[in-house]
Amino acid sequence: MKLVYFAWVRERIGHAEEEIDLPDEIVTVADLLAWLAGRGEGYEIALKHASAIRVAINQEHVAHDARIEGAREIALFPPMTGG
Amino acid sequence: MSAPIDPAVRIQREDFDLAKESTALCAGRSDVGALVTFSGLCRDEAGTLAALELEHYPGMAEAEIRRIARQAAERWPLNALTVIHRYGKIRPGENIVLVLAASRHRQAAFDAAAFIMDFLKTRAPFWKKEHHADGSEGGWVEARDVDDEATQRWHKSPPPDR
Repeated sequence: MKLVYFAWVRERIGHAEEEIDLPDEIVTVADLLAWLAGRGEGYEIALKHASAIRVAINQEHVAHDARIEGAREIALFPPMTGG
Repeated sequence: MSAPIDPAVRIQREDFDLAKESTALCAGRSDVGALVTFSGLCRDEAGTLAALELEHYPGMAEAEIRRIARQAAERWPLNALTVIHRYGKIRPGENIVLVLAASRHRQAAFDAAAFIMDFLKTRAPFWKKEHHADGSEGGWVEARDVDDEATQRWHKSPPPDR
């Protein structure tokens, strides 16, 4: 599964994307965020306030209770500030 | 009401020309009675800002703006619709975003442009980082609650039939 990061999430984690094999027990976006936060200091800092993190699966916005089954690409990023 | 029009959406590094885009949108047609042009520019924040660096999510940025533009085209009777959003380094006074909404009457064009900007601000995957005029790197611009609240008004009242 491909994970991509943007803005300060990318900066804190330390890279823009990675391929990850997820354990079977990771079912929802919330599970993924909690699991990722345990992968190292950068992840922990980036994902400390999990509720602030916005998530897209296959380039569409999803809520934290969304299931990640079938996802090709999951993106994590801060609230958007375009326009 | 006829079928909704297909919006033109562009995500680009280069600047755009308001007059040229307006002319192109209306070229060869005489059914447009109202053309609303909204452009968002980079402010200098009282001289403290040197530039904004706009990061975007390639692919999703265009897809999400297209979803928003299509919703507008379904909700209001538009003749034509163009949305352009830039990315990369943008200096004070330069353009960031352009919305052109054309309709037979002004209210649909005004509402569609406002609707698109409200949702674009909170849902299109772009992030602004500040570069200060004194050479220091500023932080990421924080999302504002008022932008979230602005999207709420579109849920309250359905538009009157026109």
